[in-house]
Amino acid sequence: MTASVQTRKRPLLGWNISDGVVVSRFSLVQTLRVPELMFFSLVQPVIFVLLFAYVFGGAIPIAGTGTSAEDAANIYRNYLMPGIFGQTVAFAAAASTVGMAEAMSTGLIDRFRSLPMASGAVLIGRTFADAARQILVLLVLSITGFLVGWRITGGIWNAICAYLLLLLFAYSVTWVGASIGLAMPNVETASTAGLVWLFPLTFLSNAFVPLSSMPSWLQPIAAYNPVSTLVLATRELFGNPTGIQPDYWPLNHPTLYTIGSCALVIAIFATLSIRKYTKTTAK
Amino acid sequence: MTDEAVVAVGLVKEFGSVKALGGIDLTVKRGQVVGLLGPNGAGKTTVVRILSTLLMPTSGYAKVAGFDVVKNPAEVRREIGLTGQYAAVNEYLTGRENLTMFGALYHLPAKYVREKSAELLESFDLTDAADRPAKTYSGGMRRRLDLASSLIAQPSILFLDEPTTGLDPRSRLGMWDVINGLVADGTTVLLTTQYLEEADQLADEIVVIDHGRVIAQGTAETLKDQIGGDRIEISVIDPTRVNDAVNAIKTVSSGEPVVEDLTISAPVSGGSTVLVSAIRALDVQGVEVGDILLRRPTLDDVFLSLTGHAAEEDAAPSDEPKKRGKGRK
Repeated sequence: MTASVQTRKRPLLGWNISDGVVVSRFSLVQTLRVPELMFFSLVQPVIFVLLFAYVFGGAIPIAGTGTSAEDAANIYRNYLMPGIFGQTVAFAAAASTVGMAEAMSTGLIDRFRSLPMASGAVLIGRTFADAARQILVLLVLSITGFLVGWRITGGIWNAICAYLLLLLFAYSVTWVGASIGLAMPNVETASTAGLVWLFPLTFLSNAFVPLSSMPSWLQPIAAYNPVSTLVLATRELFGNPTGIQPDYWPLNHPTLYTIGSCALVIAIFATLSIRKYTKTTAK
Repeated sequence: MTDEAVVAVGLVKEFGSVKALGGIDLTVKRGQVVGLLGPNGAGKTTVVRILSTLLMPTSGYAKVAGFDVVKNPAEVRREIGLTGQYAAVNEYLTGRENLTMFGALYHLPAKYVREKSAELLESFDLTDAADRPAKTYSGGMRRRLDLASSLIAQPSILFLDEPTTGLDPRSRLGMWDVINGLVADGTTVLLTTQYLEEADQLADEIVVIDHGRVIAQGTAETLKDQIGGDRIEISVIDPTRVNDAVNAIKTVSSGEPVVEDLTISAPVSGGSTVLVSAIRALDVQGVEVGDILLRRPTLDDVFLSLTGHAAEEDAAPSDEPKKRGKGRK
C-alpha cells in the first residue's frame, strides 16, 4: 500500500516559499487566538513612549532645541519616536526566540521535520509572521506618538520608506531570535536569553540619547550599531530632529549601512538557523 | 515495492560519550505490526527518530519503504507518518486547522485535505471539537488529533512512539481501537511502548530492547514459551498454614515454589489436570485456599527473566540521552 494521493510538484525554492507561506499564515492565525499576548506586546512600547516623553523629555537636550523648556520637551518627543520604533522592532526578535523554543519543547519541530516539506520553510514562515506582526505594533505606536506631539514632516513617500526600513530590520532580527531559540534547552531559558542581548543592542545607540552625550570610547561602538543607523535613517525620512552626528561612516550613510547590515544578518543567521533546524530534535 | 517496510542493520547512535544504541537490527514486513518494547532509556525513541529521518545514526544503516534514511530522507518522509511521545500539534489552532496545515505541508491538494480532514475528525471522534483550539482538548483527544495529523497523507508506514503514555485507561483503550483499525486497513506499524500489555495487545511481533540492544525477539507466545511453561498460583487464607501449602504444592510442581505474603506460585507442567492434583494435595493437608489459578507467563515475567529487572523500572539517568538537552551532536 502506498500513499494514493498525488502530491504537487514544484522547484525547491518555490517549496521554501510556498511552505513558508503556509507556516506564516497559521502562525498569524495563532496570534489572533492569543489576543492577550498581542495586547501586552503593544502596551510595552506605548508605556516606553509615555515614560520617555514625560519623564526624560525635559532632561535630554537635543541640538536645535528652542529656548523654553516646553520647546525642548517637544523636540525631544519628535527625536524620541524613531528611537522607540527602532527599539520596538528590535524586540520582535524575542518573540521568535520563545516561539522556536516552544515549538521544540512541544515536539512540533519533530513533526515538521518528519514531513516532506522544504527544510527552510518553518523558519522562513515563522520569522516572516513575527516581522509582519510589527505592522500593527508600528501603527499603534504611531498613533500614540501623534497624541504626544510627534509629527511626520518629511513627506509621505519618505515616511513609507521609513516604515519599510523598520520592517526589514524587524525581519533580520527575527532570524537572530530564531537562531537563539533553536539553541536553548527549554522555553524558560529562551525567554531570558531572547531578551538579554536586546537591551545593550538598543540602549548602546542613539535611540534615546544623542551619541555626543556618550563617553568618547563608547561612541564608535554606538555609531557602528545598526540600531543607531536605523534610527538615524528613520529620523531623516520622517523629517524629525537628528541631533548632531559624530563623524563615522555608518552615520554618514545610515540607510545604506542599515540595509547592508540587515542583508548580512539575514544571510548569516538564516544559514546558521536552517542548518541547526535540520539537525535538531525535540526537548 | 519491497516486501520489507523497515530494515535496520547495526544501528549505532552515540550522544557524546553515551551510547544510546549499541547495534540494533530490525525488520518490519509490509502490513506487520512490530512492537519495540523496553524500559525508559532503552533507546526506543532513538530508533524511531533515526527511522523517521530526525536523527542520523552514528553507524549502521536503515531503509524505510526501500529508501535509505540518510541518503533519501525526502522520499522516506513521503511514505511515513510519525506520532511522537508528545502531542505534536499547534495547541492554539483548532483541530481542523492543524490538519489543514499539515496537509498543506505534505503538498496535498486543498480539496483532498478538506475531505480527508473531515473524515479523520469523524473517525477519531473529534468532529464536535473540530473547530475548538487544541488547547481545550483532553489528553486523549490531543493524542487522537496528533495521530490524525500523521495520517492526513495516508502513509503506508506509521511510527508510533509511546502512543498511549500518560493516557488514562479509557483513553488508552480508545487509542488501541484506533490503532487496530489502521492495522486492519493494511498500514505497517512500528510502535514503541513500555507497557507489556500494549505490545501483547497490538503487535504481531515484539522486539525487546534494553540498553540500546535487542535482547529478545518473537511473537508474544514464543517469548512466553522461552521462559518456560505455565505457573500455578494460590493464595492461602490462614497465614500460619503457608508452610503446609508450600509442601502440598511441591508435590505437584516442576520447580521450587515462590512465596510472597500469602501467595504461592510455582512452575508446573501438565496443563489443567495439575489444578485438580493441586487441590487434592491441599485438601489432604487441610489448607483452606482463597484463590487458585493456572496462568501463562506474562510479558512481565519475560522481561524480568531476560533483563533481571522489571520493565517499568527506570534506567539510570546516564542511559537517558533524551533528557540531555536536544540530542544535538
